[in-house]
Amino acid sequence: MEPINQFTGTVCPINRANIDTDQIIPKQFLKRIERAGFGQFVFYNWRFDDDGNKREDFILNDPKFADSDILVAGENFGCGSSREHAPWALLDYGFRIIIAPSYADIFYNNSVKNGILAVKLTDDEVETLLERSSVPGYKLHINLEEQSVSDESGFKAHFDIDPYWKKMLINGWDEISVTLSEEQRIARYEEKMYGKQYS
Amino acid sequence: MTKKTVIEKIWENHVVSREEGKPDLLYIDLHLVHEVTSPQAFEGLRMNGRRVRRPDLTYATMDHNVPTVNRHIVSDPVSKTQMETLQKNCREFGIELADIDHPDQGIVHVIGPQLGLTQPGKTIVCGDSHTSTHGAFGALAFGIGTSEVEHVLATQTIWQKQPKTLQIKVNGKLGFGVQSKDIILAIIAKFGVNAGTGYVMEFTGEAIRSLSMEQRMTICNMSIEAGARAGLVSPDMTTVEYLRGRRYAPQGEDFEEAAKRWLSLASDEGASYDKTLEIDAADIEPQMTWGTNPAMGSGISGFVPSPDQFDREADKESVRLALDYMGLEAGTKLTDIPVDYVFIGSCTNSRLSDLRAAAEVAKGRKVQESVTAIVVPGSQTVKQQAEAEGLDQIFIDAGFQWRESGCSMCLAMNDDIVPPGKRCASTSNRNFEGRQGSGARTHLVSPSMAAAAAVTGRFTDVRELSGVNQ
Repeated sequence: MEPINQFTGTVCPINRANIDTDQIIPKQFLKRIERAGFGQFVFYNWRFDDDGNKREDFILNDPKFADSDILVAGENFGCGSSREHAPWALLDYGFRIIIAPSYADIFYNNSVKNGILAVKLTDDEVETLLERSSVPGYKLHINLEEQSVSDESGFKAHFDIDPYWKKMLINGWDEISVTLSEEQRIARYEEKMYGKQYS
Repeated sequence: MTKKTVIEKIWENHVVSREEGKPDLLYIDLHLVHEVTSPQAFEGLRMNGRRVRRPDLTYATMDHNVPTVNRHIVSDPVSKTQMETLQKNCREFGIELADIDHPDQGIVHVIGPQLGLTQPGKTIVCGDSHTSTHGAFGALAFGIGTSEVEHVLATQTIWQKQPKTLQIKVNGKLGFGVQSKDIILAIIAKFGVNAGTGYVMEFTGEAIRSLSMEQRMTICNMSIEAGARAGLVSPDMTTVEYLRGRRYAPQGEDFEEAAKRWLSLASDEGASYDKTLEIDAADIEPQMTWGTNPAMGSGISGFVPSPDQFDREADKESVRLALDYMGLEAGTKLTDIPVDYVFIGSCTNSRLSDLRAAAEVAKGRKVQESVTAIVVPGSQTVKQQAEAEGLDQIFIDAGFQWRESGCSMCLAMNDDIVPPGKRCASTSNRNFEGRQGSGARTHLVSPSMAAAAAVTGRFTDVRELSGVNQ
């Protein structure tokens, strides 16, 4: 995955709580066996009507927001299904950073594994960002090393992140390679529990 | 000795590696695989020249895409490719597959327990959030994404931070006509869709102990709808007796040994939890949801709420959006809401006891002409058992369609779709916008409540129908 550390981008607000993965990527697009190309389907039912026409009232259909790379949303973002197609779709569309007060556990894990930084800020901070980003072209700077989010008009917030995930994101590590480097421990566990070698 | 919960006991038995500043590396005892969340994982293995470390601990089936009318007519070529890809991957990597024609085929969370693959004390993962179902056996079972599926295939392990523990205590006895689905819907309505985020739940209390394994599965299945990746019930004699004689469970002497070990995993009396929430079973009436997440629900005697009844601005807005999507007016009596579709099935409610409960209501009654009602058994085995008891005939005589096993209308990946604007009484687990079809309006209910809606054409308190004894 692509490493991420310092990032400056344009913000798109979706002021809704409990945005579930069925909204992020509806089920009819889960049949594909590829990992790429899901961006065109992100928020499909909010972007398009039943005839496939753009819904003018949805923010990503506003040309002034269409090219955003940071998404700000309400609490419990990514609840529901475990489909990794959700972070694939967000990333493929161009979102590298998500900012919300809280995330569903599985979605959060899935995001990290794809190099998406899901930033947790307080309700008040997210409220401020939702307001400021309703003006098109609003930019935020994210510094993962420092764990900070800031804008050019004095907004600055600190966020917490697990030190292990932080390291993974900054280095863009392939987790399977990391784990296989500890294979001896896995083999020892198997020997103890199953009395056999599987290496 | 320190008193421990079942969660802590299972965790400690599976730590492969523990280091400061890192999550624990946990060993996985059972990896269930289905067609939707696995193709990219197998492709990843192939690209990196990796193998499946423990095909003997991996078991696959196809359920999400499968047709429920004629099993051999898959109308969507993309679905067909996905199913064929699973066949190819299982052959290539040596994984046992309950294929479309296999007598064990069914919804992954129905067949795992049924075959005895699911056992107390195991760590179980699957690329599906409803993997929490298997927690009913006192197993630590949770959903994972495709990257993690690939990781488990390659290493049989997963990196996990030890979760906090949340006890959900259901006190007292259930009232007449109240099913386990009503317990979990009431818990979610009371505590919210993110009450369990960051936690693993354990369900305890008199009401939980008195439930059968199938009823416990319904509750654990929906832990994820309260935000918890996993939800467990401590193993007891109900668990042991369910597993006795199942194909993949230990047999003979080995079974008795295993049973002792399983029972010792139950949470110790007086073990402490990071948080405890309580609910009284006697206060729970048959439930139904009115909104677009599983917490937007209430007892059947209730009314559609008004956004003004909520304190937080975010909640007011969520309710406004939900009522708009659902086409409902605040103040409407829930029993005045008509239905167009009824779906009895899904990993939440498609087991034999669920079908029996629905059949009891359907028996001698007729599905209203304006209603399309389908019954989709959770597996081929459930289907055969139900047919042996004559349940299929009861449903057919009442005007329900009797289908083949699969996930079906729960998420409408196959042809079983609720049309735009139509209202469905569904025994599934998610009432999200568009879940059962674009523009479809889902109301979550128990199997007997779904059957009651089918025969009356509107949401009905099942306790008011004559001759219903459950």
